[in-house]
Parts: sequence; structure tokens; C-alpha cells
Amino acid sequence: MMIPDDWIKREGDKIRVGITDHAQSELTDVVYVELPKPERQVNAKEPIAVVESVKAASDIYAPVKGTVVEVNKTLEADPGLINREPYGQGWIFVLKIDNADELKNLKEATAYKQQIG
Amino acid sequence: LRKVTLSLVSVVTEAAARKTPLYDEHVRLGAKMVPFAGWLMPVQYTSIVEEHQAVRNNVGVFDISHMGQFIVDGACARDWLNRMLTNNVDKLDVGMGQYTFLLNERGGIIDDLIVYRIDEQKYLLVVNAARADEDFAWLQNHLNEGRSPCNLTSRSADFGAVAIQGPRTTALFHALFGKDVELPPRNHIRDVPFDTTKVSVARTGYTGEDGIEVFFPADDAAKFWSAVVERGKPLGIKPCGLGARDTLRLEMCYPLNGSDLSPERNPIEAGLGFFVDLAKPDFVGRDALLKTKEFGPGEKLVPFRMKEKGPPPRPHYAVFRNGERIGEVTSGTLSPSLNWGIGMAYVSSAHAKIGAEIGIEIRGQKFAATVEKKPLYRKPAP
Repeated sequence: MMIPDDWIKREGDKIRVGITDHAQSELTDVVYVELPKPERQVNAKEPIAVVESVKAASDIYAPVKGTVVEVNKTLEADPGLINREPYGQGWIFVLKIDNADELKNLKEATAYKQQIG
Repeated sequence: LRKVTLSLVSVVTEAAARKTPLYDEHVRLGAKMVPFAGWLMPVQYTSIVEEHQAVRNNVGVFDISHMGQFIVDGACARDWLNRMLTNNVDKLDVGMGQYTFLLNERGGIIDDLIVYRIDEQKYLLVVNAARADEDFAWLQNHLNEGRSPCNLTSRSADFGAVAIQGPRTTALFHALFGKDVELPPRNHIRDVPFDTTKVSVARTGYTGEDGIEVFFPADDAAKFWSAVVERGKPLGIKPCGLGARDTLRLEMCYPLNGSDLSPERNPIEAGLGFFVDLAKPDFVGRDALLKTKEFGPGEKLVPFRMKEKGPPPRPHYAVFRNGERIGEVTSGTLSPSLNWGIGMAYVSSAHAKIGAEIGIEIRGQKFAATVEKKPLYRKPAP
């Protein structure tokens, strides 16, 4: 199933990443989130986090090459935040981008702009 | 998001999926429909966890129209079924049912099913959707082995069925069929008038709660479903999908064919020898089972529980002990009742004892778990 899945919010030379409202409603009942290690260097399209619902485990990919600078530790105790506030408190990680030009190629950055606000 | 595992929805065929007579009702209720065993079935309506809790606390209704129904009748029906199935149909009075297995010659499980004696010489077999065609072909091939001819017919297309499950089943039964109509006792089946027609009500289920399964003509499906949902409203009923069906059955350690049972596994390995009558002189697979019994199974299906809060176990995760691989998970989930990771796995018999410490490998990392006793969830005393 192909669904638009993660959202990206630009914050200077960093991006904040989460999953869309549509993706959380497809998953429902998020029960576990595996976060990447802070400071980890990641490549574009590398699976770096896992969101698990009752039924399924889904990989979350790094949208661009960069370094993990922040992870949402709150999700470890309260994974349901992803269902309740996918665009707010349910964010998953923040990446520092290596090359800002890479962002231009990301459809998601604009496709979900409105919802992210 | 790439779905990495979707355990219950693993039996997907390429052919166009069939629709049950309740398909339109599911769509109207906003269910998420998925292909399962060749059928388009609701996996959930609102939330697996909410639907699960409705069954544990109140009552839920499931579409089980995809399951197969066969009728076997004739003077030889009893003896023939005793040769085909593992449990002993001699124990069935008219109106009673029993859980049983259809095995291949190697003792491997083709299907697990319930056989009901619905008349002196007439039996109803309720089989898994994923195996219905295979079961029918197998039974038909063996039909001429009986001492006198008996009839085998598939009635799967003629019937719709729902499971009504939960502690408020009795209340809903009376709201549907009348205050003075008696519920069949556990594992019994009986015809009950409904509206202008007649339905068959069996006191059974797959959730560990009190419950019934109701079979009705496919043409009456929408009418019956609507009555259940309407009259169940004051009782807190929820329509429930395959997702909740899977978490409910796994908490009880009821096996799922295709995951926990397969033609490569026999009922003794699966810990379900109780439903095999080895005292019967002859049935398909008996010799193989006697051997397993004599030498002991190499692997056993065991329930387990994670030691720490963490990622839920999933089918096909490897099981380790002291660095050595000893088996594989066949079912796993986060138990909504316990809010904890649980599952079942085949492990080498040496490590299948209750209390044994095992490790489940999840994305390269091992997480501690303990082999438990069945069931994994017990209702708190009222």
C-alpha cells in the first residue's frame, strides 16, 4: 500500500520528521516507537525509526542525508501521542541536513505544508 | 510507511477477493477492508484496542461469513468422520459440537475445525476460510473410503455467519430472540426462530469470552447484522474486525491456522493432543502421531510473555537461549488486555518448560521473555 506517510518541517538547517494524520489513522493504536540514536549519521532513505501498532511494524526513513540531533523521548512512555497529535507533540526526530539542496527534491515538504502549519 | 509485518493478513491470494453478504454493512460502518484468505474482510472499524476491550467488557460482533460450512450425512457419516478427524464423534449427542483436526497422512494439520452433530446421521463442519477449498477436496477424495456411501456438500455460499462475543452475550441473545428462548449450553448448537426465518445458534467462539456463533441464510445477513448492532447498542456493542479477533484469540492461546498450525506441524507439537483420540482404532495421521507420542515431539508450541516493556514480538522472529537459536515466533502482538508483549513460538522441547527463559530477536537485538502457562490472559475475578 502506498500512502503519503511522513511529514517534514524545515527549521533552519534542520528538519523535524513525523508521520501524517493519514498514516497514523492507517496504523491506529501506536504501541511502540523505536527511536534513532542521537548523533547518528544517516543516509537518505535509510530506515532509522520504527513505529509499531498492534498489528504492524513500519519503518520510518531518513528523508535526506544528515545527523540525528534530537529524538522525541516522550514517545517511549506515551507512543499514543503519534495518534493524538501527529503534527505536534507526536514528532519523531530532528535531522541536521548535510546538503540543503537535497530538500528541494522532497515532495512531502510541500505536500503536507498546510496540515503542518 | 512500509508495512513490515501484518500477521493476520498474511494469507492473501492474487485472485479477486470475494465479498461476504455483509460487505456493504462493513463499508457503511467505515471499516478498513483487507484481503484475507481470498475474502475482503474488515480488519478494524475504529480501533483494534477499542474493539478488543468491547469484547472483554461488554459485547462485540464479528462477521465470520468467510468460514466454510460442510454437511456430511448418511448412515456412514459417523464412522467416516471418525476416520477423517482426530477427535471422537461418538461422544457427540445430537446438538453437540467438538473441536477437532483434519490431518494428512504424516499427522500434519490441514485444518482445525468444529464438527457439530445436527441430526442422528447428519454433521455440520465449520472450517477455516483459508483452507475451505483444500479441506473439501481432501474430504471428497477420501469419500469412497467409507463402508457405505455418505454425502458431502459444501454450504459455504448459502450461509452468512456472525460471532457475538463478550460477557453481555446472554443479554443480547434474549434481546434478539426473546426472553423465554433458552441459550444452548457450551459447545451445543440449536435452531432458533428469528423474524420470519430460522437461524442456528452455537455456543462457542474464539475469544475466551462467553459467546455464540450464529449461522443464517446469506439473504438474511444484512437484516440479522442490523438487528444485532441495533439491539446491542444499549449493551455497548461494537462491530469488531479481524485485528481484534487476532489479539483476543492470542491472549487465550487459541491457535491460528496458517500461523501456529500448518501441514508441517501436528497436534501434539502444537500442545493440542487433548483433541486427538488415539484410542480410536484408525484415523488419517494416527500412525505418525503415535510415533510423535512415543519419541516426544522435537519442538513444541509454547506461549510466552516479554519480561520488559518493549517492542511487541511478531511472527517469524527468531527465539534464542544462551546464544543458540531454538525456535521461531508464530504469533505475537501487544496484548491490549495486559498492555504487554505476548506471543506463541515453536521451540525445541528441551526449552519448552513453563518458566524457561528465552530471548526474542527483534531487529538484531535480543529481548528477554518467559515461557508461560496457557492462557496468557485470565479474567480478573468479578
